[in-house]
This record gives sequence, C-alpha cells and structure tokens, in this order.
Amino acid sequence: MPNPRDVLFRSLSDPTRRAIFERLCREGEQTVGALTARAGVSQPAVSKHLGLLKQAGLVRDRHEGRLTHYSAQLGALAPLIDWTSQMTGFWQSRFDQLEDLLRRMDQ
Amino acid sequence: MSEPEGETLSVVVERDIPFPPERIWRALTQPHLIEEWLMKNDFQPVAGHRFTLRADPQPGWSGVIDCEVVTVEPNKVLSYRWGALGVDSVVTLTLTPTSAGTHLRVEQSGFRRDRPQNYQGARYGWQKFLAKLEQVLARIV
Repeated sequence: MPNPRDVLFRSLSDPTRRAIFERLCREGEQTVGALTARAGVSQPAVSKHLGLLKQAGLVRDRHEGRLTHYSAQLGALAPLIDWTSQMTGFWQSRFDQLEDLLRRMDQ
Repeated sequence: MSEPEGETLSVVVERDIPFPPERIWRALTQPHLIEEWLMKNDFQPVAGHRFTLRADPQPGWSGVIDCEVVTVEPNKVLSYRWGALGVDSVVTLTLTPTSAGTHLRVEQSGFRRDRPQNYQGARYGWQKFLAKLEQVLARIV
C-alpha cells in the first residue's frame, strides 16, 4: 500500500529528477525542450522523469499548441518537511525517556 | 561528480547527558532497557542481526519497524537500518565522553544512496536542496 509520502520520497530520491524539479522551482515554468537542452540526458528520459514527478504531484503540466509547459508544485513537498520535523520530535521525546531511565538504572 | 553522502535527508538530535557512555550503552543495547525508552524489541548487539521495534498500531500503520544492526562499537557507535512507512533509513547513535558525562547524538538518514548522477544540475544533496527550497518558498510567500 504505497502512501503519498512513499511516492514523494521515491520520486525525489533520484538526483536527476530532483535537479529537474529544483530547476523548475528556481526558474519557473519550462518546456521539456528547455529542460532537456541543459540536461545530460535525452528528451525521452526527461519526459519520463517529468511523468514521475507529475504522479507525485510535484509538477503540473499545461499544454499550449504542440508544447507542454511544466511548473513546480511546492505544496506537494509538505510531507517531506513533515518527516524531518516528526522524526526530530520523536527523538527528542525518546531522549527525554532515556534520561529518565538512566536516572533509575543501577550503576 | 557524485556526492554520495549528500544523497540523504538527515535528522540530527543531540544531547549532553550527565552519565558515562557505559551506562548509556546498556540502555541502548539491552532489550528490556530499550523497551523502556524506545519500543518493544528483539534487539541483539550483533552486526547483521534483524529485529523489529514495535509501537502501538495506529490508523494506517502496523506499528512495526523492521530493523537490521549495521554497526556495533561498544560504548561508542550503534547503528541500524530502520524501515517504516515505506521509508528506508539508517539510525546512528554516537556516544562521546565529556567532562560532565556523555554527548549523545542520533542521526537518522532517510534515503539510500543513488546511482551516479548524470545531470549537471544535481551537484548537491538533500540538505542544500531543502535549504535552497526554503529560500524559494520565502520569496514566493
């Protein structure tokens, strides 16, 4: 049962996809052609990466004539930010319990 | 041009504890003690040992974390793989003696290493990625 966070993590764990996404974040909407021109991979490969980013909700496409423009959807990153803050809170509370335990333990 | 260590998203929590590393090590490696501060478990301090941590089940999650011991350096370093909710990560607990006790650090890294990258824009890892993203978000909001 893939959950949304799983899909998100997997889609961004690939450096090429992450670079494409990041470029869209930094530079705004772009076509597949424009993205391919500056990538070290082929246009079909870029298209495939964009498809996976779209499945994860990280990009949106807009058709204009024969061109497809892609833009980043930053709201989709929320679960990722959540993971780091959740795990930080988790370890902080466990360390509280650990300190409690250490005080109670025998020498 | 790969930067393998950078291909992870890490959470780090650190704390100075007024007890020696040996006492903390016991709490990190003896199952009945681990249960008291972390979760129910069948841990053994042996590299390669597979074990589970068990929390109370929650909606959408069995409460089971699948783990495997990676590193055991008594009183110094303990690390294990930690798989839950579709995220594979590695938890590393590091103990450093101090004049007042021990500096305890936990790092949880959320991604496996990726294959070598071939896209010229991807020269840095998750931390920088998120930092930059925050800058982008700050500009937009």
